[in-house]
Amino acid sequence: MAYVAVKGGEEAILNSHGLVAEDRRGDPAVPELTVRQIAEQFGLAVDRVMCEGSVYDRELAALALKQAQGDAVEAIFLLRAFRTTLPRLAVSNALDTARMAIQRRVSATFKDIPGGQILGSTYEYTHRLLDFDHLDIVDCDMPKAKVADDPLDPTFPRAFDSISDEDLIEAELPEPDQSPVFDLTRDPLAMPAGRDQRLQNLARGDEGFVVGLAYSALRGYGAAHPYVGETRVGDVTIEILPEELGFSVSIGDIIVTECQMLDFFGGSEDEPARFTRGYGLSFGKSERKAMAMAIVDRSLRCREYGEEAKYPVQDEEFVLSHTDNLEAAGFVSHLTLPHYVDFQGDLQFIRQLREEHNRRRSSKEAAE
Amino acid sequence: MTGPHDNAAGRSFRQPYNFAYLDEQSKRMIRRCILKSMAVPGLQVPFGSREMPLAYGWGTGGIQVTASVIGPNDTLKVIDQGADDATNAVSIRRFFKRVAGIATTEITEAATIIQTRHRVPETPLKEGQIIVYQVPSPEPLRRLEPRDSETRKMHAYAEYGLMSVELYEDIARFGHIATTNSYPVMTNGRYLMSPSPIPKFDNPKIANNPAIQLFGAGREKRIYAVPPYTQVQSLDFEDHPFRVQRWRQCCSLCGATDSYLDEIVMSDKGRRMFVCSDTDYCTTRRNHGHLGPDRGDPADIELLLPSKIATGSESR
Repeated sequence: MAYVAVKGGEEAILNSHGLVAEDRRGDPAVPELTVRQIAEQFGLAVDRVMCEGSVYDRELAALALKQAQGDAVEAIFLLRAFRTTLPRLAVSNALDTARMAIQRRVSATFKDIPGGQILGSTYEYTHRLLDFDHLDIVDCDMPKAKVADDPLDPTFPRAFDSISDEDLIEAELPEPDQSPVFDLTRDPLAMPAGRDQRLQNLARGDEGFVVGLAYSALRGYGAAHPYVGETRVGDVTIEILPEELGFSVSIGDIIVTECQMLDFFGGSEDEPARFTRGYGLSFGKSERKAMAMAIVDRSLRCREYGEEAKYPVQDEEFVLSHTDNLEAAGFVSHLTLPHYVDFQGDLQFIRQLREEHNRRRSSKEAAE
Repeated sequence: MTGPHDNAAGRSFRQPYNFAYLDEQSKRMIRRCILKSMAVPGLQVPFGSREMPLAYGWGTGGIQVTASVIGPNDTLKVIDQGADDATNAVSIRRFFKRVAGIATTEITEAATIIQTRHRVPETPLKEGQIIVYQVPSPEPLRRLEPRDSETRKMHAYAEYGLMSVELYEDIARFGHIATTNSYPVMTNGRYLMSPSPIPKFDNPKIANNPAIQLFGAGREKRIYAVPPYTQVQSLDFEDHPFRVQRWRQCCSLCGATDSYLDEIVMSDKGRRMFVCSDTDYCTTRRNHGHLGPDRGDPADIELLLPSKIATGSESR
C-alpha cells in the first residue's frame, strides 16, 4: 500500500477504515468474538477500561475492547468519548467501603487480623508457567473453588484499625468545609490540587504510568517506605439522595478495589511520629492500579508533612499533568500529522546556521 | 498457572522444563557470579537476571540463586517473614517441588538450602548449609543516592561517609538510629552491604556464620555473598552502639525470650498476643515441652498453630 498524500485524502481514509475492519476481524474462518465472551473471559482488561474510561459498564467496556482489537488505551478512548455524551443525572453519596461484600482482603501489617486474611482470586501465587491445556477448548466441567459458606462479617474493622486507637495512624477525617467535590471531568486541573482532584486524576490515570511513578518512589527516586495496611476487593452499594425524596436509595452494586497504604512518618515540631496514609480506589479488580495510586497519593502529600519534594513523583504539577493516557497518547500520535510548514521553517534555519558556521570557520582558518 | 493437574510434576505440560526450571547455561552464568561474589564478600555482582514465573519482588533473585545451586539430593526449606506456612513460602516451595522434584522440609536443621525472605532462622546455621536471601533492594546507598552510576563509584572508593551522616542525622533528630530493618553492615571491613530487609535483630546472626550466605536481587540484577566465618559489622558510633530490638513479652505459645516476635491482633478490642515469627523454632520448642505463660484463649491458639504440629520432612 502506497501512502498517497497531498490530495485525495478521503479515499485513503476510507481505505484505512477498511483495513482496520479487516485487521480487527482477522481470519474470517475463525468464529467472531462476542462482547459477552470478552466481558466474561477478559474480565481484568474490561476492569481496566472501565476504570480509566471512568464508566462502570462491563458491556460497554467489552464492546470498546472488541472494537479496539484489545488495545486498552484505544478502548478507553472509545469509552470516554461515549461517556462525554451522557447526561449527569446525580452525584452519589460517598461510598462506604467499610461495608463491602469482601472477595479479597489482605493486610501486610499484621500476621493475623480479626476476620482473617482473605486471599481471594489473585494471580500472585500462581506460577507463571504457560498452561498448554488452554490451547484446546474443553467442556467447562471445572471443579468449583471452595468458598466459605458465609460471607465475611462486614462489621469487622479494617485490619489496621486495631492500632488506630493508639493514635499510631493518621486519622482520616472529612474536610471541615463541605465544599462540593471537585469534578475533574467538568473542570480543568487547578494547582495546587486538592486531594479530591488528585485522587480523581490518579484513578483515571494511565495504569502503566502510575505504576511506573509508584515504582520510582519505592526504588529510590522518592521517599516511600509503605506497608499495605489493607487491600480489599468487593461489592459496594451505590446510593444516591434524590432531593425530591429526601432519603437515600440504592441504585446498584459495583465491584471496587481499595488500597490503604501506611507510610512511616518520623514526626515534626508539632506532630508526633505516626503512620500516614495513601489511598487508592479503582473499578473492578485493578489491584496494581489501586496500590500504585495509593503510593503516588502519599508521595504527593509530602508538602503536608514538611518533607522535601525533590523527585518527579513528589511534584504535583508534573504528575497530575501527565497521568492521562488519552492526552498523552493523543499528543504523541499527533506527530504523524503533517508538519510540512513547521519543518520547512526549521530546515531553512538550520541551513542558515550551517552557512554561518562554515563562514566563521573559513575566515578563522584564513586568519591563522 | 495453577490448574487441576498442578501437583503432577510436569504432567500437564507438552514441553518439559529443565531441572530447577533454568537452563544449564543460565545456571552456569549465575554460579560464576556467585563464585565471584564469594571471593569478594559484600560486592554486588551484576548478573543476567532471567524472567522467572513469579513476579519481580516476590523472590525472583532468591529463586534464581536457589535454582542454580540446588541439586537432586538437596533438601529445601523456604520461609517468608520466618514462617514456613506463609503463602509466598508455600508457593516457592511448591515451585521447586514441581520443577526440581526435590525434598522439602520445614525443619531448619534438616535443610541443606534455606531460601528466606526477611528473616534469619533462630536456630543457628551450620557448615554445609546455604541460606539464600531474597533481596528487594541490594544497594544500601540507594536512599541517599538514586543513581547507580554514582553509588558504584562510592563503593569503588569505599566512600561511605554519606551513610554515617544519615545515621548521625537520625541520632540528631530522634536521639537514636531510626533504621529498624535493612540495617547497613560493613562486610569483611570493605564493602557496605544491605543485609536485605531482615530486622536488625538478625544482623548479628550474619556475622561469622558457618553457613554460606547468598543474596539474590532479581529485579535489580545483583548477587552478593557472605562466605562462612566472615566478619560483618553493623554500622554504629562509639557513643551510640548498635542495639537490637527487645520485647517485654515472651512468645505466648512457646515462652521463648530470645526470638523475634510478631504482634498478632486477637480482637478488635485491641487484644494482642506475641508469637515467634520463626514458626519452626516455635514448633520445635513446643514439641520439647516449652509452653508460653500467657497462652491466651486456647481457641485463638488453635487458629495460629500450623495444621500439623510435628512437621517431618515432606516426601518427594
